[in-house]
Amino acid sequence: MAYRLVARTETSLRAQLLVPLAAITLTLLAGSVLFSLLGKSPLAAFHAFFVEPLSTRYGIGEVLLKTGPLLLIAQGLAIGFRARVWNIGAEGQLLAGAMAASALALHFDTTESVWLLPAMVCIGTLAGAAWAGIAAWLRTAYNANEILVTFMLSSIALQLLYYLVSGPLRDPMGLSFPQSALFSDAALFAPLLEHTRVNNSLYLSFGATILAWIFVQRSLSGYKLLIGGLAPQAARYAGFSEKKAVWLGLLIGGAAAGMAGVGEVAGPLGLLQRSISPGYGFAAIIVAFLGGLHPIGIVFAAFFMALIYVGGDMSLVSVGLPNSSATIFQGMLLVFYLACYLFANHRLQKVEIRH
Amino acid sequence: MLDSLVFLIAGTLAAATPLLFAALGETVVEKAGVLNLSIEGMMAVGAATAFTVATLTGSHVSGFAIAALASALLSTVFAILVLFFLANHVAAGLAVGILGLGLSALIGKNHEGQTISPLSDLDMGWLSELPLLGKILFSHDPMLYLGIVMIFLVWWLLSHSKLGLIIRAVGESPDAASAIGYPVILIRFLAILFGGAMAGIGGAYLVLSYTPLWAEGLVAGRGWIVVALVVFGMWRPLRIALGAYLFGAVSLLELFIQGMGFSIPSQLMSAMPYIVTIVILVIMSRNPRLIQLNHPASLGQSWHRNA
Repeated sequence: MAYRLVARTETSLRAQLLVPLAAITLTLLAGSVLFSLLGKSPLAAFHAFFVEPLSTRYGIGEVLLKTGPLLLIAQGLAIGFRARVWNIGAEGQLLAGAMAASALALHFDTTESVWLLPAMVCIGTLAGAAWAGIAAWLRTAYNANEILVTFMLSSIALQLLYYLVSGPLRDPMGLSFPQSALFSDAALFAPLLEHTRVNNSLYLSFGATILAWIFVQRSLSGYKLLIGGLAPQAARYAGFSEKKAVWLGLLIGGAAAGMAGVGEVAGPLGLLQRSISPGYGFAAIIVAFLGGLHPIGIVFAAFFMALIYVGGDMSLVSVGLPNSSATIFQGMLLVFYLACYLFANHRLQKVEIRH
Repeated sequence: MLDSLVFLIAGTLAAATPLLFAALGETVVEKAGVLNLSIEGMMAVGAATAFTVATLTGSHVSGFAIAALASALLSTVFAILVLFFLANHVAAGLAVGILGLGLSALIGKNHEGQTISPLSDLDMGWLSELPLLGKILFSHDPMLYLGIVMIFLVWWLLSHSKLGLIIRAVGESPDAASAIGYPVILIRFLAILFGGAMAGIGGAYLVLSYTPLWAEGLVAGRGWIVVALVVFGMWRPLRIALGAYLFGAVSLLELFIQGMGFSIPSQLMSAMPYIVTIVILVIMSRNPRLIQLNHPASLGQSWHRNA
């Protein structure tokens, strides 16, 4: 008796739900082995990772605080990924948004206008889209691979940030620390829950989720992007332009990441500094996949990934786990997800071996 | 002036060597039709392993050897994902890359910020004592020379050996290669392992010779420049080597320009390798036909036997 792989004619919904759950289960199993090898009790580690963050008000706030940017960026990236447009530079687009919004906030540092914050959100979103737009332009005009270009643009954005906080945007009163002055209150999101750091920028993430859902489920452009990804030949035959998919995929991803950058500087940070994001742009790639590239799935995936981030910080203190555990968890999640995904669009068929 | 020329050439060779090893490995992987984007993570695991092993045993040779093994082991995860689970190559590369970065931080966590005595240079007797040439060409560590040897080995392997012909056949048309009876999956598996080991050696060279210290995130995007190098070099080892040395020179530019007293923001200089990568990528990719002619036809596509 042997088995062979047979492609499913359509991906079953049940499989799509089971795949992320199986990936999470396998990650926890592999994590237990890893923690045991490190001489830590897996139970204590998982308690620190998944229970501790949710057992205090402050902890829940921290998880929501990190859910916001992950959710926002992943919704944007997923639209590109569906069309096989690989934007892996959301981290740089986030920084572009953060830098543009900060420049605005610092320029109008004495204003009390209620329009300052909306203006920051707009300019940050545009800056993120523009940063990703460079990659779209180079891909459509010069055929330059967007995976490499978006990554390189991320590294360039980071150096630009270092330059800004040590020069043009540095706080003149700041004793030469590489950071900007504190933003005025008009440039900050209002708190959302008392005794936590969660702020109103979370609404942006949920707004983006609704938009993404409408875009993907209801609109023709969403359908076009999906076809472009699944069957470029058919898409071209039907008159859908591949160039348009590249532009749309990258601009939407960049805009979402740029907006998330505004949420960071106008939220928990309140200023521009060298470190803006703990790798949200890369983690959001995993969130997008783990959520099955589906707007609703991504909500759960973003919450789970935020839990890993906060749990990682907490386990560092309470169980003494190395702070790299969170990154290892992220990597394992995607590895197991991709492995399990085989069974979402293939099934094993028994075949008799003839003698 | 002569001193800075010596410094520039010797420095370029050293800065290029980590890129060279990893890029030659990736060339073989891509020639077999597999796109492995996890080089950054594999180099990081190689670097962390090499540093840890060399620190604990005092042996640089063991450092390099175990680093090659460790990164090959990590590349096995990638191989299983794309060859047996038919995962999208790009996504699998990202997954294993992130996993590698996390593992490297874990492996190196007890040595963060430590330094190590660098791999010692070869003494080639009178050759090393030649004026000028001795310093430029004959006073490097053995791994740098191994890198140069590998350029020609990989070139010979791909263009002039039976095995190379099979690798290329598998990369161009796995269906045809399989029909003739070549074990497509096995060839791809071995190519991926080779690529992993080479990335590991590249990472090891970073911490045991080029900058003899370990710090998390020390690979700093080199893994992605390597992927770009393979495109620049049009999947040809000799051109890829040339590209690696060019990038070695670019990364030295920072020190050189500062030494000449120009006041350019250091951040611009740090961003230079990435800017140059984009510029060259645009120049090389402008002509899609050129890329199409050179890149392995089945690159990045999943394949299984009864497809």
